[in-house]
Amino acid sequence: MDDLLREFLTETSESLDTVDNQLVRFEQEPNNAKILDNIFRLVHTIKGTCGFLGLPRLEALAHAAETLMGKFRDGMPVTGEAVTLILTTIDRIKDLLAQLEANESEPEGEDRDLISELEAMVERGMAAMAAGEAAPPLVPAAPAAPPAAPAVTQGSLIDQTLERPLRPGEVSLDELERAFRETAIETPPAHEKAPEPKAAAPAPKAEPAKVEAKAEPKAEAPKKAARAKANADGEVHENDKVANQSIRVNVDTLEHLMTMVSELVLTRNQLLEIARRNEDTEFKVPLQRLSNVTAELQEGVMKTRMQPIGNAWQKLPRIVRDLATELGKQIELEMHGADTELDRQVLDLIKDPLTHMVRNSADHGLETMAERAASGKAEQGTIRLSAYHEGGHIIICIADNGRGLNTERIKTKAVANGLVTEAELEKMTEAQIHKFIFEPGFSTAAAVTSVSGRGVGMDVVRTNIDQIGGTIDIKSVAGEGTSVTIKIPLTLAIVSALIVEAGGDRFAIPQLSVVELVRARANSEHRIERIKDTAVLRLRNKLLPLMHLKKLLKIDDGSSSDPENGFIVVTQVGNQTFGIVVDCVFHTEEIVVKPMSTKLRHIDMFSGNTILGDGAVIMIIDPNGIAKALGAAGSASQAVADEHAAHHAIGGEQLTSLLVFRAGTAQPKAVPLALVTRLEEIAADKIEISNGRYMVQYRDQLMPLVQMEGVSVQTSGSQPILVFADETRAMGLVVDEIIDIVEERLHIQVSGAKDGILGSAVIKGQATEVIDVGHFLPMAFADWFIRKEMATEAQTQSVLLVDDSPFFRNMLAPVLKSAGYKVRTAASAIEGLATLRSGHTFDIVVTDIEMPEMNGFEFAEAIRADQNLHQLPVIAVSSLVSPAAIERGRQAGLYDYIAKFDRPGLIAALKEQIEERARADAAKRAA
Amino acid sequence: MSSSKIETTDGAVAEYVTAVIGGQLFGLPISRVQDVFMPERLTRVPLSSVEIAGVLNLRGRIVTVIDMRARLGLARADDGKPPMAVGVDLRGESYGLLIDQIGEVLRLPEESREENPVNLDPRMAKLAGGVHRLDGQLMVILDVDRVLELAADKMAA
Repeated sequence: MDDLLREFLTETSESLDTVDNQLVRFEQEPNNAKILDNIFRLVHTIKGTCGFLGLPRLEALAHAAETLMGKFRDGMPVTGEAVTLILTTIDRIKDLLAQLEANESEPEGEDRDLISELEAMVERGMAAMAAGEAAPPLVPAAPAAPPAAPAVTQGSLIDQTLERPLRPGEVSLDELERAFRETAIETPPAHEKAPEPKAAAPAPKAEPAKVEAKAEPKAEAPKKAARAKANADGEVHENDKVANQSIRVNVDTLEHLMTMVSELVLTRNQLLEIARRNEDTEFKVPLQRLSNVTAELQEGVMKTRMQPIGNAWQKLPRIVRDLATELGKQIELEMHGADTELDRQVLDLIKDPLTHMVRNSADHGLETMAERAASGKAEQGTIRLSAYHEGGHIIICIADNGRGLNTERIKTKAVANGLVTEAELEKMTEAQIHKFIFEPGFSTAAAVTSVSGRGVGMDVVRTNIDQIGGTIDIKSVAGEGTSVTIKIPLTLAIVSALIVEAGGDRFAIPQLSVVELVRARANSEHRIERIKDTAVLRLRNKLLPLMHLKKLLKIDDGSSSDPENGFIVVTQVGNQTFGIVVDCVFHTEEIVVKPMSTKLRHIDMFSGNTILGDGAVIMIIDPNGIAKALGAAGSASQAVADEHAAHHAIGGEQLTSLLVFRAGTAQPKAVPLALVTRLEEIAADKIEISNGRYMVQYRDQLMPLVQMEGVSVQTSGSQPILVFADETRAMGLVVDEIIDIVEERLHIQVSGAKDGILGSAVIKGQATEVIDVGHFLPMAFADWFIRKEMATEAQTQSVLLVDDSPFFRNMLAPVLKSAGYKVRTAASAIEGLATLRSGHTFDIVVTDIEMPEMNGFEFAEAIRADQNLHQLPVIAVSSLVSPAAIERGRQAGLYDYIAKFDRPGLIAALKEQIEERARADAAKRAA
Repeated sequence: MSSSKIETTDGAVAEYVTAVIGGQLFGLPISRVQDVFMPERLTRVPLSSVEIAGVLNLRGRIVTVIDMRARLGLARADDGKPPMAVGVDLRGESYGLLIDQIGEVLRLPEESREENPVNLDPRMAKLAGGVHRLDGQLMVILDVDRVLELAADKMAA
């Protein structure tokens, strides 16, 4: 292909993309002369170049469109119809360009239809203008102004240019004219009408336009326009300068450069390795310099590959506009962070998925105007695109305020597609169910529209994202909208990695997914524990599922594998956190990712390989692959990972980690894992009988053992026990067998008639008794709950306990009662408020935070706002303890914020609050 | 099959790099052989098939090394002698074929090539593109493309 032609095609398609965007904006701000100027100039350039290259069809079409736009500039009213017509024309131009690219020659044919329509539009507009004198006359303010050409005259001038294409070097008449006008007239009338660009940007909300594109990159458009206003001469210079400052470089050249830099980084690493071995060499200093230069060079080359994500968004306003028209919806497209930069290669790969997801949102995410009105929403739906950097990743979010995912339909479809059974579905959270839309062939759109619903889509999106080592997550609330979050690495070529050893081999773990490193030792705070065959680490009160890298990779040499020691690389993939146990951790190194050989690419534990500084090849671990293996290994591991997500799940979906065991009966029993301090297996011969009770020496103390009904203490072998402990004492509950740890939504269905049983719940499809720990603790120490710091006056204090979960009500109420408080419970914040206002007096309120309808913060605010209750202390108990939540609690007027299972903490907080209040009352009485 | 891949000089002569694997003489078409090297610092690849001996760094390129004994269904070498590797390329990727010993380059007339004997061990027959009868021994022609046809699902097992 002719170089000139290729250049033209590249340039033109870029210009056209810009025009598309500008037009959509123009439709909303028809009076913004600056936008119009930009569009006009672009189309004009296309026209000019076409003439130069001898492409008559394209030229005629561009010309007709330009003429119409020229009229708009002269004040002809812009109608939606006209914009549609111009968009159609531009589509045709694109079409012609595509054929031109394929065949290297302009296709045969005629565009008379469009051209006459465009001309007709001009005629009509002119007529309307002439009739209504809509065109404001130019203000002959500046003395240097040429005779102000009335609109009609100008029209005829443009007609002249119709006759033949411009020759190279020729300047079109209207270009000349514009130059005059811009030079001479400081304030053309259009400017008076148009708000300044700064004001224009926020204005669109008020516009009745159908689509609204708030594209940040377009902020440069007003800038350009402002420049145009300045001075035509100046503009030319400036343009020249800009043109001279940037050059087009073939992508292959850049790719090659990148490869070379990668090689350089490798060589540098090798040299550094040699220098590390040989102390005091004279190479050290120059090598250091080389190292720095290489790093800078690497950064520089990476920069050449960076492009703003806005490039991938460019087509979206147009797509959304067309969809809105086609579907009869009002859609606003918001774009934030369009200047966020990422690697070209990555950008290319996410372009299509992004477009697809925006289409999805417009098509089945957002409701029709009627539906929106019926559900009390604004008629105009919003799609919000945002991008930002976060720790070496770029996060892209596509959110709409539409109807949300239809969970029921996804369920039906998932079962129909054989992805899951009904029984399994029962146990899944809504978030887990929503993930099915990423499965192949999964489209829930009832009707296949031209837009989407063809059963290809989200799986392809996920595949693309997976390919570049990204993760995708979806959140949806029925009636409120859906948001998809994509997290992708900034670049794929060079990554920082942690070099570890397992089974005698070294591996690289990408630093990006590493959260922290933990050294586990027996008898330390961080200890590897074992629940059946699952290794877990208790880290800051969370159980972390562990995977031994060497077992995962089947390279376990069996040597020096101390089950309780090891380095744990805490890794996060999506919202799944887990620990990878390795034998040794070396250092971090910038590694150049080399793709795996095609013969090895099927091993999904590795994402590639690399050459280390010492010249050895090592495998790069793919945390996604490990996460997958983990998911397959058991539900227990999933539990912790989903815990975080579960907190955010919608009302009542909260998951609880439960320890399932067998004691006495054949029916399994369960206890919330968070209540259990440790799981132990004690040798039967260590169990002693003292004072008629079973005891065991445990951590230099005598720990009483309590048997559940029907459980007999083992006389040989080992005895599994659950250890419950607080600061000073511990007791062991003797059980027959520890079965599993599961993550369940806990619905206690039948309240227990037996002592020590809170009730029954279905866990893993089996009826399971949930035990009441509060019943067993006093069996070991009769005074377990009655501590000496519990003053007896507590007896008279009354507590209102608000929690939507019957389980926690049942668990906390006895705890409080045994601590000497009078307890009344409420199942919701609303019920709690009603109780408070019904005349009962309470000394203190203990409330859960995550509750449907009204959450704990709102509840506390409501109490603060009530003049009768505003002094009532409120303590929150929550499984969601984060600094942000605590801060939020403080703002809401919570006196204290306690972790849900922190029994002593709760008791202490209650005591403190009540004492404080007593002191305050005493002070008041004294005064 | 492999004759098309063999560069012939006078139209009737093919050149082979010979190598001994498990006592058997093999010939690799010289046009396919990039280099011959001593495999050093071989990194095993966990979860890969037994036929993949590992990967190594050869002058900045990552080379996937194929254990030819395993590929041919032969027993592991136990003579303790360091193996050699013949470097070959396929679709832009580098491979090394582990052999016991490298031999001389032979120029053999094309017409003396014979089809695989029907009773050739099936694992060997799959990789062989004919045989040449030399003085006192047979040379099996290795079809490099077929050697590198490693079924992915078989390896996944």
